[in-house]
Amino acid sequence: MTKAITVSGLHKSFGRTHALDGLDLDVERGEVHGFLGPNGAGKSTTIRVLLGLLRADSGAAQLLGRDPWHDAVELHRHIAYVPGDVTLWRNLSGGEVIDLYGKLRGGLDKRRRADLVARFELDPTKKGRAYSKGNRQKVALVAAFASDVELLILDEPTSGLDPLMEEVFQSCVADARRAGRTVLLSSHILSEVETLCDRVSIIRKGHTVETGSLADLRHLTRTSIRAELVREPNGLSHLPGVHDLEIDGHRVALQVDTDKLDAVLRALTESGVRTLTSTPPTLEELFLRHYQEDAADATGVRTEEAMSR
Amino acid sequence: MTAATGTLPAPRARGRGHLTGTRPLLRLALRRDRVLIPVWLVVIAMMVLSMPNTLKEVYGTAAQRADLMESLATNASLRALYGPVFDQSYGGLTAWRVGTFAGVLAAVMSLVIVVRHTREEEETGRQEMISSAMVGRRAPLTSALLTALVANSLLGLLVAGGLAGEGGAGALALGVGIACVGMVFATMAAIVAQFTESARLAKGLTSALLGAAFVLRAAGDSATADGSSPLTWLSPVGWLENLRSFGDERWWVLLLFVGAVAVQCVAAYELAGRRDVGMSFLPARAGPAHGRIGTAGALARRLQRGAVIGWSLGFLAAGVVFGGLTEGATDLVGDNENTREIFERMGGQSGLTDAFLAAIVGMIGMVGALYVVASVLRLGAEETSGRAEPVLANAVGRLRWAAGHLVVAFAGAALIMLLAACGLGLGYGQDFGPIVGACLVQLPAIWLIGSLAVLLHGVSPQLAVAAWGVAGLALLIGWIGPALDLPQPVMNLSPFSHLPKLPGQDMAWSPVLLLTSLAVVFTAVGLAGLRRRDMATG
Repeated sequence: MTKAITVSGLHKSFGRTHALDGLDLDVERGEVHGFLGPNGAGKSTTIRVLLGLLRADSGAAQLLGRDPWHDAVELHRHIAYVPGDVTLWRNLSGGEVIDLYGKLRGGLDKRRRADLVARFELDPTKKGRAYSKGNRQKVALVAAFASDVELLILDEPTSGLDPLMEEVFQSCVADARRAGRTVLLSSHILSEVETLCDRVSIIRKGHTVETGSLADLRHLTRTSIRAELVREPNGLSHLPGVHDLEIDGHRVALQVDTDKLDAVLRALTESGVRTLTSTPPTLEELFLRHYQEDAADATGVRTEEAMSR
Repeated sequence: MTAATGTLPAPRARGRGHLTGTRPLLRLALRRDRVLIPVWLVVIAMMVLSMPNTLKEVYGTAAQRADLMESLATNASLRALYGPVFDQSYGGLTAWRVGTFAGVLAAVMSLVIVVRHTREEEETGRQEMISSAMVGRRAPLTSALLTALVANSLLGLLVAGGLAGEGGAGALALGVGIACVGMVFATMAAIVAQFTESARLAKGLTSALLGAAFVLRAAGDSATADGSSPLTWLSPVGWLENLRSFGDERWWVLLLFVGAVAVQCVAAYELAGRRDVGMSFLPARAGPAHGRIGTAGALARRLQRGAVIGWSLGFLAAGVVFGGLTEGATDLVGDNENTREIFERMGGQSGLTDAFLAAIVGMIGMVGALYVVASVLRLGAEETSGRAEPVLANAVGRLRWAAGHLVVAFAGAALIMLLAACGLGLGYGQDFGPIVGACLVQLPAIWLIGSLAVLLHGVSPQLAVAAWGVAGLALLIGWIGPALDLPQPVMNLSPFSHLPKLPGQDMAWSPVLLLTSLAVVFTAVGLAGLRRRDMATG
């Protein structure tokens, strides 16, 4: 079976701005794929290319085995899209818009629509201009989740939703996954991605810097360890993958590349462990490592090393 | 921190605190209107200031002018359109011929400015951000009214300065009077904007009030020959005429304007102070929970429904009014060689009734071109606002999406021309068939201008706005070309100049077919461009 989305070497420029600079993306069928990047990294541009709204300058893109530009209309029967900033017609009610999108896509599940409207606590009788940002977002989300589609493309869909509604959103994505749908979730909310996504692609300045399962990516990150030992530690500084080592008598604080954790733990237990706290690597650290502007170049080098290992 | 609230300065009594921030907001408004206001000013001022020369050509001798005065005294339908003449000088005739129209245009300019800087700001949510800054509760309304005041004052100065050669006092009266009509409708728009939640509705309602004022004046003037009817006095547009610029000015009439502006100002401020930002006194009604719209075409029809209804009513009414004027107008023009010539150039023939009808139908057609441009430009508005994007992310092709709006544009043009024909037929009471034919023969030119907008949209939605220029140029050529006797190559720039002048002339199929085919080609090329290019992102 073909992949849900394959993109390779995608380029797109607007005038002198290179919005996409050799972007790669692979999304398997049935997975929830996180599409991470800071503002302006090219997430929305990629999605617009995938929807056939923009034409790529070069590179290949396929959705569900088809060309997003030439087969746009046929493809869109199987796709639901939620933009990051939903604009509605000011004189149409939310309910009218939900049903319009459903019909334009080839029908939506009435029962699911009613259920979603209730879960998102949306008043479908309000006119477009009366909705707040979060409520406009809900209109698009209800329309998307109520349709029977194979692929959901969600571009920062939770902007403007409160935490309760975000929970509803997460359960909707989980339902979609159970139903065998594929979800491409563009986001910069890391907790959301960590909870929901099977795999993640991280992009920066128009190209993909890392991609893989969360477990894969965590191997690239460091675990922080604090320990109080019985005896003074010995030989920690010689171990590979240890960074930022601080020793204060019997107390130790260090960071270690997650795949070198074992040797460090052995060295610690040799000195006798009284207390130990270890903080697992978060996506946030990974993210920050890639995006902190001042460390940009150094990080780039390290990532390449990490990837080549 | 609760203790700190006690140290906050007590809210200042009504006054300066409410107006904080007016100055930067005024600068912002003037900056945003740096194109809009000058264009309005130039168009209105040109219309007024070009008039004395035109009149000198048409009514060159004192006898001709005396004739005109006499015919107006007996011709109620012409008085309904232009109002009575109070003085035979060229200044007096200018005030008669364009004073009312300049006042109406100043009113439209003013209501657009005020609604744009009040209700539209609230509707788009921009006001919220502005109000969260150091901006007093009354500053936005004040800056909007001041912007209108600046625009109207400049207009008054232009008119007074430009006409000073025809008589200082009269020029001043006309300039001030036109500016005053503008300010009456600026303050009226400020009140209406408190009641509606949508800017479009606020503009529509104020325009309807302006229309009512014009009709009141017209009714009053058709009843009396000297503007003394109470109906005329009920209308701010009628006050302008009763100021009697260039004809023994009645300066005290200005007090009426001042009073109306003051009363409306107070009302607007009172209302504005009593409601929440973004809210209105007439809350929007709830809509249906389930929708029936299921295709891109149905969506386009729904979105443009209001506009089509508005244009239809307007064209029907204009038809009835001009149809009713037809006989009276030919009576009047009959005595004057020069006017007859102008009408004959506009109408392209010697039979006066037919020439008048053909000229009117041509004018209506040119206004119809404005409809078609506005309607086609909805495509661009949908695209740049980001509303088209989710529609196109559904199983809707770009052509189908565009076709939805283009059908409304092109078929809507046919509908409003047909309604104008019905109105003309009703008003005139005869020649129904030829009038319908004359109206429909305008369509190829209207469609051609619409197709140009499609062509431009095919390149980029921002470029499509240039279609307004094309429609405006056609209107300008059609309006002033015959009076100035412009050379034929210039006249030929407008597609309307190529149409047979019906009724009266023989039907000529070749230009009609040529313009229609051109329109088809332009539309096809525009759509092909739309399919190939990137969609604009919001």
